[in-house]
Amino acid sequence: MALAADSPPLAAEVTGFLTRRARWSLLEIAFWLLALASIWVFPSKHLILTEICIWAMFALSLDLILGYAGIISLGHAAFFGFGAFAAGLAAKYGYIQEPVIALVVAGLLAAALGFATSFLVLRGSDLTRLMVTFGVALVLSEIANKFSDITGGADGLQGIEIKPVLGRFQFDLYGHTGYVYALIVLFLMFVLARRVVRSPFGLSLQAIKGNALRSSAVGIAVNWRLVAIYTLAAGYAGLAGAVLAQTQQFASLEMFSIDRSADVLLILIIGGTGYLYGGLIGALIYRFAQDFLSDLSARYWQYWIGFVLIMMVLFGRVFGGILAALIIGVTVWFKLDTGTSLLITAATLLVLGVVREPLLKWTGSRWRRALAGLRRKPAGTSTGASHAGRA
Amino acid sequence: MPAVLETRGLDKHFGGIVAANQVSLAIQKGARHALIGPNGAGKTTVVNLLTGVLRPTAGQILLDGNDISDLPPHQRVRLGIARTFQINQLFADLTPIETLGLAISERLGRGRDWWRIVGSDPAVTAEISDLIERFRLGDVMRERTGILPYGKQRLLEIALAIACKPRVLLLDEPAAGVPEGERHEILATVEALPKDVTVLLIEHDMDIIFSFADRISVLVNGALFVEGEPDEVARDPRVRAVYLGEAFDA
Repeated sequence: MALAADSPPLAAEVTGFLTRRARWSLLEIAFWLLALASIWVFPSKHLILTEICIWAMFALSLDLILGYAGIISLGHAAFFGFGAFAAGLAAKYGYIQEPVIALVVAGLLAAALGFATSFLVLRGSDLTRLMVTFGVALVLSEIANKFSDITGGADGLQGIEIKPVLGRFQFDLYGHTGYVYALIVLFLMFVLARRVVRSPFGLSLQAIKGNALRSSAVGIAVNWRLVAIYTLAAGYAGLAGAVLAQTQQFASLEMFSIDRSADVLLILIIGGTGYLYGGLIGALIYRFAQDFLSDLSARYWQYWIGFVLIMMVLFGRVFGGILAALIIGVTVWFKLDTGTSLLITAATLLVLGVVREPLLKWTGSRWRRALAGLRRKPAGTSTGASHAGRA
Repeated sequence: MPAVLETRGLDKHFGGIVAANQVSLAIQKGARHALIGPNGAGKTTVVNLLTGVLRPTAGQILLDGNDISDLPPHQRVRLGIARTFQINQLFADLTPIETLGLAISERLGRGRDWWRIVGSDPAVTAEISDLIERFRLGDVMRERTGILPYGKQRLLEIALAIACKPRVLLLDEPAAGVPEGERHEILATVEALPKDVTVLLIEHDMDIIFSFADRISVLVNGALFVEGEPDEVARDPRVRAVYLGEAFDA
């Protein structure tokens, strides 16, 4: 029986619909070609690009649990730090000389830790998970602090010497080897994650995120699926931490910190969850924005990050981001001093917060519909729609 | 005839409230069994007990004579018990194609497959398109479920249970909230189910019950009240009393 020829058109349509999204689009190919080109085009930027790759790996890891399975975490740095110390200790005490093997082992150890702690995280709702994940990170950080004779404690793990990758490529001061290494690891992690989220397993995660009750009513073992993805995500975070320890030849307690957990959440929110590129794009934007803003004012750069976040919540990720960039651009253009621009933008925020509703109403339903299309999760549209209904 | 699904002395207490009180039901293979009763009688509680969403305070649930009282919901689905929900429980962000594909993949034991792409298996896609045709979801199959009209969501709700290829299907008010004009479409799909699928139907609409069921159990205040053939139950003065809200001395 010639299956393909005989299959009815509807079945072919269904197959086409399901498999189309698994194919690499031109945009994706262009993205990775650009990343590849950056090796030769921006050799002077390799250090910051390496950092971005590591943030991207870390955010990719968080996207797997947050964007696909709906597990929120405020302590994802637990696995990042664990991976970093695993790779750092392996190199420092010479357990594993070759970086790639050390990297894989660090990832596996972090995954094992993720598996062990996943049972704590499965309990309870979002707020409980937030607290439990945060708690796990604190516990690990203090353990590392306590055993300072091994980990270096508050001084960090110093004097790590990383051997050449595959015995051939030595990490250099300019970060050339480090960048190529990080980019390759990121790409491999991405390809695997992309495959996983488009598999039946990945689909079942999205179903659980959407409706856990119905998921179990169609035969999905909800808890085991969550354990599986949490374990994978922990492994990913461990890999990210290990790459950081290897490329910087250093590991510190800061890698467990809530700042790092919060930053990766921030990156994912800036880039958007649930399509895998969010973490990559978010890392790029966040790191370069950080660079630009701390040039603007070294002390108050976090003010601007906060400003951008609020704008994104008020006006959607894309539109709010553009609006925030414009406002920041104005303060730069007119060379306002820091105090004045902080006051002016804070006042702008307050005003925008008040006039948001009438403003959105005034801009008309067509414009609002365009906005809603840009926003993946239309947080404020229900009120907007009710206004439209009354009008 | 052997009972395919049976409960023995099923109790469910929520604190001081008795939601199910010594419920002993026997549902025959291939039956079209209706469970009726006034609001708050405990009908949905019984469905939740049968599917494992709730654990009984006391009593047993038997499928083909095997005790399944301690099995979690997903394992009961694999043994052949599927249900629909009174209030739609769907995946708002998934399309009907993905929703059905999900259930079919799970049933075929491919839910843990993390390497193959969804839709690469012709057996799965053939079944998806078959269900889409049967439930007339073709025009909306690429849309997000969350934005579908209510009637279409209701059809998907039932199609999703059918995708589990159940031996016992529990329908919790399948026509609830569906406009009069679209009801026949829902009922037609239920009536078209293969005869060997056992159906337990919870319904309020008497026309639906009496046109569909070959056996009726009446539940009042969590306890079984009357059971019998449709015309027996219809004639029973006690049932009339309950439904007309008249005082009745047991």
